[in-house]
Amino acid sequence: MSEFPPGLLLVVGALLIPLLRGHWRNAYMLALPLAGLWGLSQIAPGTHYPIELFGQTLTPVRVDKLSLVFGYIFHIAAAITIIYAFHAKDAVQSMAAMIYAGCAIGAVFAGDLISLFVYWEGTAISSVFLIWASRTESAYRAGIRYLIYQVSSGVLLLGGAIWIFNQTGSLAFDKMTLSGPGPVMIFIAFGIKAAFPLLHNWLQDSYPKATVTGTVFLSAFTTKLAIYALARGFPGTDMLIWIGATMAIFPIFFALIENDLRKVLAYSLNHQLGFMVIGVGIGTELALNGAAAHAFASVLYKSVLFMSMGAVLFRTGTAQASELGGLHKSMPWTTRFCFVGSASISSFPLLCGFVSKSMIVSAAAYEHHMLVWLLLLLAGAGAIMHSGIRIPYSAFYAKDSGKRPEEAPVNMLVAMGIASLLCVMIGVYPQVLYDILPYTAKYAPYTVGHVVTQLQIILFAGLVFGFLIRKNLYIADVKALNLDFDWVYRKLFTGLVETCVRVFGPVDRAIREGFVSRVNWVISGVFRHHGPEGLLARTWPTGSTVLWVAVLLALYMLFYFI
Amino acid sequence: MAETPPPADRKGWLEEPKNRDRLWYALIISCLVSVLADFFYHKHVHFDVEHIPGMYGWWALIACVAMVFVAKLLRTMVRRSENYYEEPDE
Repeated sequence: MSEFPPGLLLVVGALLIPLLRGHWRNAYMLALPLAGLWGLSQIAPGTHYPIELFGQTLTPVRVDKLSLVFGYIFHIAAAITIIYAFHAKDAVQSMAAMIYAGCAIGAVFAGDLISLFVYWEGTAISSVFLIWASRTESAYRAGIRYLIYQVSSGVLLLGGAIWIFNQTGSLAFDKMTLSGPGPVMIFIAFGIKAAFPLLHNWLQDSYPKATVTGTVFLSAFTTKLAIYALARGFPGTDMLIWIGATMAIFPIFFALIENDLRKVLAYSLNHQLGFMVIGVGIGTELALNGAAAHAFASVLYKSVLFMSMGAVLFRTGTAQASELGGLHKSMPWTTRFCFVGSASISSFPLLCGFVSKSMIVSAAAYEHHMLVWLLLLLAGAGAIMHSGIRIPYSAFYAKDSGKRPEEAPVNMLVAMGIASLLCVMIGVYPQVLYDILPYTAKYAPYTVGHVVTQLQIILFAGLVFGFLIRKNLYIADVKALNLDFDWVYRKLFTGLVETCVRVFGPVDRAIREGFVSRVNWVISGVFRHHGPEGLLARTWPTGSTVLWVAVLLALYMLFYFI
Repeated sequence: MAETPPPADRKGWLEEPKNRDRLWYALIISCLVSVLADFFYHKHVHFDVEHIPGMYGWWALIACVAMVFVAKLLRTMVRRSENYYEEPDE
């Protein structure tokens, strides 16, 4: 069992899900990631299961500390989300989720680019079913757009792998430099999955349209897999610092004005990825440890937040801020767990976000990146505004919407409770997390300075929020849609195509009609001569043939003499 | 004898204006305390700006105000009807 390739257990195990029913299915589904987690604790570092293929050796399993930290959190996230989805009876969705989790786990242990590609595409194709499972027209369309992005990412990864193989003769997935088209293609492939600026729209477009449980699965794996891939392939790439800074700041504004609270969380997720990308870009041991730790922590608190908003959607049928408010009265436990997630993302001391994010901020300070450091602090304040305060405030307080939904189902509360507990546990005993980080850099999060300065940020952000609420100056929750970059391909491109059709349609029609009428004219001409009654279709007597031969002979003689 | 309303219909603690005020003043005092705290420990600074007492708080204050107003400005530009892209699902 311990020798089973990580991830494959879940992928293969998923095939049995439709054969089971009810509690048996739930128990079986929960057992898979737990068995996988146990397997990980037994597996020896190094490479396993080499495969010979076309004279190349593939290494589908490479175990080291960087892959293990992502492997652990992916198993934990899968187990928690499966509990959260106990009430759902949709076998297709359960299978898709299990295969998706398995592929994500497999990908972080892939030692070569081809194995990585196989799992990479596996996550894309399995996860789209979590979006389609909503069974609405808009979810279907969003799923198609999601798939186009994800498959493009896979194609770029494969293209880059082939180019690198041609140049170096090796398929190993290790640190690369951005030289030549191969590594650039792979960088963009990772960038799509990591939701780099302008490559990000698939995330905010599709995640809020997935099912209540599907969004929680989606939030854990795809983007964190991309962070792993960047940390493995491009650590210390300066460009990532600025890409990350843009990611950490731009989504804040959209998160503040968005009405769909699950979409707010999608923007918030995008913004949290920015911190990790900055960490990878700084590339010191502390920064890379910070990126890995923050990925680990963010899977936990983001899933708490997505689970709590999922519970709200499940009970009230909406996640629109303008229609919610006052739910703390009838959903007190969901409210409490949401607060743990909100406080974690706000980096409140004694919670997991504090011990992970401060590593990245400190790493920027140690390297004297003052601008990056200031932007990280600003982005941290942004997280407090949109996810720390706005999410719980809009859903559970604000104005009383009059809605009195039932508390979330027990399985949802248990899942939220476990994830919240882990947030607190890591916040109180950060060493649990630090011990599994890839590098040896030491870090002490709980210095007086760290705690006081972080409390200042949180309190002053709260002060601004409180002041604006009291003065009625805060951003109102309005039912509306906000344009983002996807406008370019959802409106501009389709608009251009429609304009082209309108303008060039008549010209094109005229040309084609003209051509068709010429062809018809030729055909009717041929018909006149060769048709049943045509001149050239008649049978002629032999005499006339002799006459024609004589005429031709005469012409030939004439030309010969000239 | 008046019946006690079910817990879900009682007035929330935050719905009392008096409590909202209390929370607000507590917040202001906490902010002041957090700034004053800066005088009572030794700072390991990496940048000169960190010498300003409460620098992190002030920066967060500026950042949050700026972010809210930029977001409001952004809304005036990008706001569209909910059915801008497609008709709502049945």
